[in-house]
Amino acid sequence: MDTVDKTPHTHLLKKGAEASLFLTQWHGKDAVLKIRLPKSYRPPTLDQQIRRYRTIHEPQLMHHAKTAGVPTPIIYMINVPQSTIIMQHINGQQIKTILNKLDPPPRHVLCQKIGQSIAHLHNHNLIHGDLTTSNMIQTPNGKIYFIDFGLGEKNNELEAQGVDLHLFKRALQSTHFNFWEDCLTNVLCGYTQIRGIELSKKVYEKIHQIERRGRYVEERKP
Amino acid sequence: MVKIKQTDCKYCLGIESSADDFGVGITDFRGAILANQSEGYLPKEGGIHPREAARHHGDVAPSVLQQALNTAGIKAHELSCIAFSQGPGLGPSLRTGATIARALASYLDLPLVGVNHSVAHIEIGKLTTGAHDPLTLYASGGNTLVTAYTTGRYRIFGETLDIALGNCLDVFGREAGLKAKKGLPIGAAIEQLAQKSQRLIPLPYVVKGMDLSLSGLLTAATTTLQQQHNSNLPDQICLDDYSLADVCYSLQEHAFSMVCEVTERALAHTEKKEVLLTGGVAANKRLQTMLSIIASEHNAQFSVVPKQYATDNGAMIAWTGTLAYKHGLTTPIPQSMVKLRWRVDKVDVPWIQ
Repeated sequence: MDTVDKTPHTHLLKKGAEASLFLTQWHGKDAVLKIRLPKSYRPPTLDQQIRRYRTIHEPQLMHHAKTAGVPTPIIYMINVPQSTIIMQHINGQQIKTILNKLDPPPRHVLCQKIGQSIAHLHNHNLIHGDLTTSNMIQTPNGKIYFIDFGLGEKNNELEAQGVDLHLFKRALQSTHFNFWEDCLTNVLCGYTQIRGIELSKKVYEKIHQIERRGRYVEERKP
Repeated sequence: MVKIKQTDCKYCLGIESSADDFGVGITDFRGAILANQSEGYLPKEGGIHPREAARHHGDVAPSVLQQALNTAGIKAHELSCIAFSQGPGLGPSLRTGATIARALASYLDLPLVGVNHSVAHIEIGKLTTGAHDPLTLYASGGNTLVTAYTTGRYRIFGETLDIALGNCLDVFGREAGLKAKKGLPIGAAIEQLAQKSQRLIPLPYVVKGMDLSLSGLLTAATTTLQQQHNSNLPDQICLDDYSLADVCYSLQEHAFSMVCEVTERALAHTEKKEVLLTGGVAANKRLQTMLSIIASEHNAQFSVVPKQYATDNGAMIAWTGTLAYKHGLTTPIPQSMVKLRWRVDKVDVPWIQ
């Protein structure tokens, strides 16, 4: 338990909304320290409950993702009372940055690979919960790592899979508004390759249903 | 499109009628609000009945219009354009406002400007607080979304997947037997009750990515309440005796924490330096406090729209109509049908550079 305190928080990588990421060392290796700091705006009981839950579940889900064949950082250590996780540091670029630079043909290939990875997660009843192009990192050897499983869950329902993909669609719309449709088509194409047409169709119907539930959305038109 | 010089025209009249309020506002082209009159429809029981609301709007329209002109101290022929809330909202209500706007525009021979209701909530917030380029949380009875300007439009970064925050509070309040009064909406009654409790009942907390879902929370809060009233239940099901205040407090804390987490995610993502709270639920002091904490942690300036411009109002339509009109955007009558599902990210906002 003491190790965390002694670890120098050398360099702040990112101050996210939910957690802060520090670049640190773990037995001579580059590592990332993820701290979920208390949020003073919400009641302490609720705050503690949320941070504890996510600190425990995130590493579990990351481990399961590996067995599904989707690369995720290796977990080095977890400290539940302090809500910290130390994990492998992945050298690479965020998909968000790569997508904006690529020409259409390689972009299509990349999007298909992303779709395949999501399909593998769903085949293993894993829901990422926050699929965005910032939460995917491509390494120089072409592997796509998925990170930030804090909002994920183990769930085999179509509903959860539909929401997962729907959120990714929304993320593409707001971050890559110039070519999001093109990306989505290829993501879904890769997804179908892995999960098969029959099952994928059911998931896509679910997405449509979920979208119709929203207020004042185009999809709600009869 | 021809840009119209500011000096050529002076006043814009805006008509708001998307839900239960009928409002008329008048602003001048520099952003001074000269009048902001409104009449609310108060259902005898239950929520808004769209047809009854529309009938109400038709009944009160002439007097509200007259009051607005009187307050502003101008004559109808001095106006330069007529703006109206074209969507999103309830069909019958919107149509009533649109019909009045078309009639006025044709009679006075003035250009008509169709305004997006959600954009208007953001613009009035910016006008009245001086915010320049904020991340906006717009929470009302019909909408809950986190939005910010990027390249030509307001983009939606997070929103509710089902019901809106105000809707969640309203329905819960009605189930609990609270009644809306003139000047005291159900949300305010819940806020007052919540202040009497510190006891947090565990309820669902559903954040999905940057989106959230409130329908499960509403069901859970309502069920918790019903268990208290149902004395026929065996003891082991009736776990604790929560008071209505406890449930109100817990509902607020859970719902607001979810909305705030989503807002914080969007703030970290967009790295905006201002946070604006607008829409009917903006009047809630607890929500204001929570958001201001988040803003200060991210070194952002927090502002909240004044109460009279938080709920639906005519001034916001007039002001947004002014902005659009100054940039040559008008709505010819054949294209002025209401748009019930007009999302904020479908609207070009050329007035922002």
